[in-house]
Amino acid sequence: MSVLVFIDQAEGIIKKSSFEVASYAAQTAKILNTTAEAIVLGKVQGTLSSLGNFGISKVHTIEDANLNHFDAQVYAKVIADATEKSGAQVVVFSNNTTGKAIAPRLSVRLKAGLVSGAVALPDTSNNFVVKKSVFSGKAFAHVSIKTAIKIIALNPNAFNIVKEDGAAEIIPFSTTVPNSRIEVTATNKITGDVPLGEADIVVSGGRGLKGPENWNLVTDLAQALGAATACSRPVSDIHWRPHHEHVGQTGLAIAPNLYIAIGISGAIQHLAGVNRSKTIVVINKDPEAPFFKAADYGIVGDAFEVVPRITDAIKKLKGIS
Amino acid sequence: MKILICISKTPDTTAKIGFADNNTKFATDGVQWIINPYDEWYALVRAIELKEADPSTTIHLINVGGADSEPIIRKALALGGDEAIRINSESSDSFFVASQIAQVAKEGNYDLIFTGKETIDYNGSSIGGMIAEILDLPFISHAIKLDIDSSNALIAREIEGGEETDKINLPLVVSCQKGMAEQRIPNMKGIMGARTKPLKVIEPSSTEEYTSIVSFDLPPAKAGVKLVSPENPEELVRLLNEEAKSI
Repeated sequence: MSVLVFIDQAEGIIKKSSFEVASYAAQTAKILNTTAEAIVLGKVQGTLSSLGNFGISKVHTIEDANLNHFDAQVYAKVIADATEKSGAQVVVFSNNTTGKAIAPRLSVRLKAGLVSGAVALPDTSNNFVVKKSVFSGKAFAHVSIKTAIKIIALNPNAFNIVKEDGAAEIIPFSTTVPNSRIEVTATNKITGDVPLGEADIVVSGGRGLKGPENWNLVTDLAQALGAATACSRPVSDIHWRPHHEHVGQTGLAIAPNLYIAIGISGAIQHLAGVNRSKTIVVINKDPEAPFFKAADYGIVGDAFEVVPRITDAIKKLKGIS
Repeated sequence: MKILICISKTPDTTAKIGFADNNTKFATDGVQWIINPYDEWYALVRAIELKEADPSTTIHLINVGGADSEPIIRKALALGGDEAIRINSESSDSFFVASQIAQVAKEGNYDLIFTGKETIDYNGSSIGGMIAEILDLPFISHAIKLDIDSSNALIAREIEGGEETDKINLPLVVSCQKGMAEQRIPNMKGIMGARTKPLKVIEPSSTEEYTSIVSFDLPPAKAGVKLVSPENPEELVRLLNEEAKSI
């Protein structure tokens, strides 16, 4: 018996969301009086034993040419084998694009109930109940998993990492890795930027910025804060900004520590995608903008005058200027 | 080519979210129901575009839901579906729903099975992957572009930290998101024609449910906004640093 966590990586480097799930798995293991183990597929840079600092006791590693490209079907097969080998009772994923593709397949393979979008540790006081985000962040559901093996996909930025001292034991794992039926013809990694789903701080712009030529207001502030940039749906629909920056009910749902909305009125569909943010700042010249009702801090004023002064003040605070 | 589109009934994006029966059920009073936007705007409309390019294509719609799903099924037929199947069951368990769809999909020999990337009510994003695993088919999630080249699908998809272009032999399962197509509005001819298009109702097969919803709750209300004067925006930076401790 154990808790097994899938450690996702990009280009050999372990991602922040993976440390969150590692820590989540370790805390879940404590509740169940067992240990947490990790499975890592493909080559990784750096030492995996440092996963011990997040409470992981063993790391199962497997390298195979068929794992170099991501195919949920192949990955699910290998993770199912690792689950059986480690006798895992709970399997944890990040609810990112990778986890969303693998976890449902694994659920079918292992006949294991899946809760995706989890936001808290399981409650084992009465069966096994996991709290998850529903209605695009507007509510929570408490979902009971009734199968012997349970799968949880944890929302990014929903769980605070608990650090501890420890070194994980690395155990090479081998199993048959099938060929992928997907031929990858091109990959285009967005490098250098902070991935929006994982960002601690997000600066977002709306139609109030009047045109793409004014986006330096958003990007300058984001750069000063080390933040990711985002936008409202109308802005991506009229192609001022790329689709992948659209946050809201039909775009990406995010939960950063700080969300700064500039020139966004705050339609209910937009709020649905950002209302899990810890602190929300709204800058809008319209005092009636509905976004102010959902905000922690607000400035009723002209973004073109206010935002550059905020950017300067942040640079001064951080000693960048 | 045969395409199956999985459509789900969800509350309108502006619906007020509340709960009834001791917080165990979604409160449906006054709620407008729509086709889940990802299913409609991206999955269904892209299928319609493929049919416009190759009129021999047939588009079947499938919904797991009660009789109150029929208005949204008729709307999908009005947009351009050829026929529809409703599996008469209301379940919030992804495995149950995916199993029902997979059974129909298996008999129908579809070249493509489309879902939206998630529904906007339960946000499970699980149905497509589960159908693919049950049927032993490849699954491309988060597709943003799809073209057909004889027996292959050429797909651009979102992956963690970027995009990827894939070539896969049909059949396969695809979950669709923004970029695949643009929202359409049904025309009068489509609405009139939809009334007589076949809508078959079948009973679900007995399948285990892996999960069940115990209760719902709402996030705590915000304390209220603290306004900073536009004359002194530097004060906002001080508050974010010293009070919110977020920078």
